[in-house]
Amino acid sequence: MKDKRFLIVAVLILVAGAFLPHVVKNAYVFYAGFVTLQYIVISTGWNILGGYGGYVNFGSGAFVGLGTYAAVFLFNAIAAPLWLQILGAAVVGGLLGLAVGYLTLRIQGVYFSIATLALTVVLNTVIVNWPFVGAARGATVLAPPQHGWFPTIVTYVFFAMLVLAVLSIALARWIERSWIGRGLAALRADEKAAESAGVPTLKLKLATAAISGALMAMAGAPYPYYASYVEPTAAFSITYALNALAMPLIGGTRSWVGPLIGAILLSGIEQAATVTIPSEVNLLIVGFVLIGFVVAAPDGLLRLFGRRSAPGRRA
Amino acid sequence: MTETILAVRDIWKRFGGQPAVAGVTLDVERGEKLGIIGPNGSGKTTLINCITGVLKPDQGTVTFEGADISALPAYRRARRGIARSFQIPRPFVGITVAQNVMVPLDYVDDVDNPVARTRELLKLVGLESRADHPAESLTHLELRKLELARALAAEPRLLIADEVMAGLSETEIDEVLATLFALNDRGVTVIMIEHIMHAIMRFSQRLVCMETGRIIADGTPHDVGKDPEVRRVYFGEQASH
Repeated sequence: MKDKRFLIVAVLILVAGAFLPHVVKNAYVFYAGFVTLQYIVISTGWNILGGYGGYVNFGSGAFVGLGTYAAVFLFNAIAAPLWLQILGAAVVGGLLGLAVGYLTLRIQGVYFSIATLALTVVLNTVIVNWPFVGAARGATVLAPPQHGWFPTIVTYVFFAMLVLAVLSIALARWIERSWIGRGLAALRADEKAAESAGVPTLKLKLATAAISGALMAMAGAPYPYYASYVEPTAAFSITYALNALAMPLIGGTRSWVGPLIGAILLSGIEQAATVTIPSEVNLLIVGFVLIGFVVAAPDGLLRLFGRRSAPGRRA
Repeated sequence: MTETILAVRDIWKRFGGQPAVAGVTLDVERGEKLGIIGPNGSGKTTLINCITGVLKPDQGTVTFEGADISALPAYRRARRGIARSFQIPRPFVGITVAQNVMVPLDYVDDVDNPVARTRELLKLVGLESRADHPAESLTHLELRKLELARALAAEPRLLIADEVMAGLSETEIDEVLATLFALNDRGVTVIMIEHIMHAIMRFSQRLVCMETGRIIADGTPHDVGKDPEVRRVYFGEQASH
């Protein structure tokens, strides 16, 4: 029943998103909406490994940037359409995720996080030295002028991102409620005990890291069409890593709703800050918000309110 | 007719210099109730870890139901029917008590109605009222019960109970023993590691005593209890005089 309701809401959102460009003419809505949706995909994707599995990936920038540049590469190489760019990003993101999954074999905790952070620097350096995708100068990506049903390129990528957001949430929700979610919760708590209970911890971590990586890379893929210009510093920005971590933490990492709330909240604050005060202050505000939430609601907003609404639970 | 369910051959495990397990060879019959005693640090838990795959022994083989499982990771051994409880409870915090029990049901044995089976298991260990509580809210005692429920969940053919009774009251010890006896009646082989002597004496058909990584006595609880070597290491020097 709950699944049915979820499915209906998801379909309604997609249908509404498809018609929105013909109702709302203000382009800013789609510019801002794209960012919010991208944050939702990143946040949800990150949470599958970080929240459910307990492996804090600090390399979200590497995944988003890789996705962005996979799109640039495919565009430059074969003038790939958007869906193929997204698919390509998913594949390389998934492979990078697998590599990160293997890292968990050797390193855990904060060391894992540092290693994933280093990944961003490595990939950034590779792109900076690769002329085919624009190197340090950046790449200009001009999307074809026709987008079928969609009047402008921004409304087109907005809808693509909406589809990705709905898909990633559906995937996260399914993982969370299935045997995979319970296996991840078990290995997050205690890998040895999980193994003894029959959980194939390595396989599960590899699969989860690949899914998480694919989603974050897919979030980066529509960016070249959206911005029509890409350069490595922005694509591999440390802000992605910070935000990917901050959003689930703000919302709560144990449920798919947490990263969603966190993403909407954070992008909302960022958008508000961008239009009212100089943009450099954005990051500072995000930092303060994160500190505030860690102090006030260490288990995220969901737990903060969940404690009151579910009397059966003991804090 | 007896059949060897578990055959341990010449297992060695070193942490640094001193071997924790030094050449243990042990056969366990199907349906047997085997007790393992020995002072702290005598290598009991290390041996169990080598059998269940939590640790890789430096040398030696483990055969379960005729198949060499020495190279299998812990989860594959669990799926073959070896379950264990941990000496120090290792709950899956962050999920509920019922979900804890469902993990082995998900991964080891594909039961038709995991919800009903979970309820049944929790009832068996007396945790049914705590089913929807987070695992981290349990008392130490309840955690031990959860540990047992989780080990029993996937209907193992070999259960290794590593000090499941430590810290329990006499009544609770009786309850756990009754559970283990009932399980054994259904054909489950049980290896029990315990410091509570009267419990392990009552439970075991056969008793093994370990000391500095070796088996120093193997026989009926009566004989092992009278063994002078066992009395010396287990009850202290003065007991043998």
